[in-house]
This record gives sequence, structure tokens and C-alpha cells, in this order.
Amino acid sequence: MLRRFEYTQARSVEEALALWQGSPDSRYLAGGTDLIPRARATGRAPARLVDVKAVPELDQVRALPDGGLSIGAAASVARVATAPEVRQRFPVLATCCQALGSYPLRQRATVAGNICNASPCADTAAALLDLDAVVVASGPRGVRRVSIHELFVGPGQTSLERGELVTAIELPAASAGARGQLGRLTRRQGVDIATVAVLVTVLPAGSLRHRVALLSVSPTPMRVAEAENLLDQKGPDGAAEAAAIARAACRPIDDVRGSASYRRDMVGVLLERAVHALAAERGGRGA
Amino acid sequence: MTIAIQVTVNGQLEALEVEPHESLLGMLRERLDLTGAKEGCNEGECGACVVLLDGRAVNSCLVLAVEANGRAVTTIEGLGHAGALHPLQQAFLEHSAVQCGFCSPGMIMTALGLLNENPTPSEADIRQALSGNLCRCTGYRQIIDAVQAAAAALGAAGQAGRRP
Ligand SMILES: Cc1cc2nc3c(=O)[nH]c(=O)nc-3n(C[C@H](O)[C@H](O)[C@H](O)COP(=O)(O)OP(=O)(O)OC[C@H]3O[C@@H](n4cnc5c(N)ncnc54)[C@H](O)[C@@H]3O)c2cc1C
Ligand code: FES
Ligand code: FES
Repeated sequence: MLRRFEYTQARSVEEALALWQGSPDSRYLAGGTDLIPRARATGRAPARLVDVKAVPELDQVRALPDGGLSIGAAASVARVATAPEVRQRFPVLATCCQALGSYPLRQRATVAGNICNASPCADTAAALLDLDAVVVASGPRGVRRVSIHELFVGPGQTSLERGELVTAIELPAASAGARGQLGRLTRRQGVDIATVAVLVTVLPAGSLRHRVALLSVSPTPMRVAEAENLLDQKGPDGAAEAAAIARAACRPIDDVRGSASYRRDMVGVLLERAVHALAAERGGRGA
Repeated sequence: MTIAIQVTVNGQLEALEVEPHESLLGMLRERLDLTGAKEGCNEGECGACVVLLDGRAVNSCLVLAVEANGRAVTTIEGLGHAGALHPLQQAFLEHSAVQCGFCSPGMIMTALGLLNENPTPSEADIRQALSGNLCRCTGYRQIIDAVQAAAAALGAAGQAGRRP
């Protein structure tokens, strides 16, 4: 049973911030798919929920003048996964959105909620890390732009300040056209969180720069710069070596979904598979 | 403190006083006596509670009743009735996609959400969309077949994509 709490609904960013400040124990509510089951399971709900889904500007997915893309904090994972701008220009994010939860869950869950929840398994984080996303947040002290690389601090912990509201997540123009391969192992496909996941992305147009993100194998979603550099130098020939680097770089734990050693091994296997799949895809296009 | 809300449920406007912590599922079952949507897990894992919220399939156990304020909810009770079944209901019967029936309302509402969005889904699309719905009886094959048959029937009738 959910403990009693106060439900409030904001119509603007300013109102959301004011409502948050108005109670000593407030939480923003987006899709509620993390917040509601957790409050039920622990029997502890915040004193006040500030629902941000009715703030019109948070609902937008829109192209930025410089060629980037802005994803409003209240846009559902389903909407982001199917938005034409995302599918055409940032397909890696669409892939990671499709991997999150189940079909009905994705209609409610948001990308912003996924990263604010800061689970080591946050599926959208893999794409946002590989694409060098920027998180836009409004707080009592104004608007801040935080690199996704500085957002995750620990399990369930972000570098956001108290009361800060994520309003949008921006994908830079430089990441448009990037292609990726996601390897993701889970106990129950299409619902359960990742036991371990690896996303390998190749940045577009000539650069062929690689990105490697890992999920569920360290206190936060992570990138492995050393493995990326190696792939940049050696391409698919460096897959085994890059896999060894990633295996050494991750810090998995044992839990109900898998042992640390299984996870570590699978990081290597998934990384190699992803690199070869990307190369095959490139070959297939004659590029 | 209760909150006054207005929700259109199966086409009928309902004015209710709900508790902030009450789920949409609880509201449907306990206040409106609409017991089609089931409580399997109450945590988003089983899909037995799926209903349409503004035409989209959602886990009603994870939606607060207050969040439905001003919106339209469709439950299995709003689809069809004996003698005039919805094509999805008809197809579930014809394909033996119902055994104990506990999962059926959630399965059908999830499938309807999918058909609203994509009237001509592939088998892979159907499997993806239904992967959050557990069935302990049928083995799923019959359910997939039923959804495919219903999609074809709705397409033939020219009413796929229609939001009830
Ligand atoms: C059955 C089930 C399966 C799941 N499977 C997956 C999975 O496969 N992969 C995965 O990554 N996750 C999964 N999840 C977790 C969850 O669905 C996702 O993390 C989801 O993206 C959370 O988004 P939300 O909008 O529902 O967040 P909410 O629950 O609304 O919020 C989550 C947290 O973020 C904060 N928050 C939300 N929005 C903002 C904002 N704009 N600014 C500041 N803080 C904010 C909230 O206060 C809260 O602390 C699953 C959950 C369930 C119940
Ligand atoms: S009761 Fe809602 S998903 Fe199980
Ligand atoms: S028919 Fe019994 S659970 Fe599906």
C-alpha cells in the first residue's frame, strides 16, 4: 500500500520549481514507473509529488537550429522511440528506447525519468553516453547544462542539485547519423532490465570514431574510452583486444540476475559481437 | 485529502473523489466496479491490468487515478458485449486464446493499443508489444494468431486505427 502523499500538478517550469520548494520532501513525477512501484515496495512515498507531465514545453521533441535534437523531459520513451527525427538521425537512441521495459510501460516511462533514476541498467543512458548528450536543468539558481558524462554519480545518484528539474535532453548535431549495435542480455526479454548490456556506436561521416557504453556492470552506466581508442586505430581487427580492455574496466557485482564473473565475460562477448555486426553492416552498404 | 477528478471511462464521463495514492486500476475495480482489468503483480511486470489511456496501452497499476483526470480510459468492458464482440474478442475466442482468462483483458487491451498505433503489425511487432503480458495457460501461440486474425478482420472492415 502506498503511504499517503500530496499530489500536485505543475503547468509551467516555474510552477514546478515553486511547488517543489513548497514542501520539505518533494519529488518530481514523470511516468511514475520507477517512483510508484518503489514507493509501494518500500512503503515510503515522498510527502509531495510534483507531476510535470502537464507542462507544455516539456512535451516537445524538436530539432535545434544547429542540427541537434531536443527531447522534452515529459516525452515518453515510446514517443522518442518512434519519433521520425530520432529514428532517422539518432537511431541509436531509438534502439535503446525499444529495449526499455515492455510496450505499455514505454507509453508512460520517460527518458528523463530513466536518467534521473540513475540506475546502472538505465537503457537510454547507453545511447545518451555514446551520443554525448547534454542534460538541460532548471533550478532555483537558474538554467544549467550538464554533460551526460557528468550526470551519473552512483547507483540512484546524479549530480543534479536539490530541486533541479530536467527540462530537456539535447543530442548534439555532431552525433547525428551515428549507427550502433546493442547487445543486451536479460532474464525475460521485453520486460526485465538488462543483466548486462554493451552498446557500440560508430560516429558518422568519415570519422569512424567509436563509442562503447556498458550497462549493469558498474555503479553507473559507463563509457570505456580506452576500448574506443583501440577500435578507432584498429577497427574490427581490434575487437578482441577492445573486449579485453572493457572486461578489465568494468566493476560488476553478483546479484539475482547474474554473477560478477558472468557479467564480465559477457561484456567481452557482447562487445566483440557488436563490433563485428557493425563492420558487417558497413560492408553490406559497400562503404 | 481526496481530489476531485473527471474521467471519461468507456465513453461515459465520471466525476469521482479519489485518494492521491489510489491507482487507476484500484479506481476502476473498486469505485466503478469494472473488474475486467486484473491485479496480477501491481508492479508493472505482468500486464494483466493494461487499459487504454487516451488510446494508448498502459499498466493501470502504475498510473495514479488523479493522473487520469481529464482523460479517456477504455477497459475491456468498453469493447464489446455478448452478441456484439469486438473483433479482438471474437478472434481470441475463435483461436482458443483464452483458457483461464485472467490475462485476456490485459492481452486484448495491449493488442488494441498496438493496432491503434499500427493497424498492420508483423508477427514480430505483435510479439514485442505483448512481451510485457504474462499468460500461464495458453503458451502464447494462440494469442499471437488471434491478434493477427483480428488485425486482418479490422483491416478488412476498414476500421483499424480507430480509437474507441
Ligand atoms: C516492469 C518494469 C520494467 C522496467 N524495465 C526497465 C528496463 O528494461 N530498462 C530500464 O532502464 N528501466 C526499466 N524500468 C525502470 C523505469 O521504467 C525507467 O527507469 C523509466 O524510464 C523511468 O521513467 P519515469 O518517467 O517513469 O520516471 P519516474 O518514476 O516518474 O521518476 C524516476 C525518478 O526520476 C525523477 N525525475 C523524473 N523526471 C524528472 C525530471 N524531469 N527532472 C528531475 N527529476 C525527475 C523522479 O523524481 C524519480 O526520482 C522498468 C520498470 C518497471 C516497473
Ligand atoms: S498488475 Fe499491473 S502489470 Fe501486473
Ligand atoms: S489464459 Fe490463463 S493466464 Fe492466460
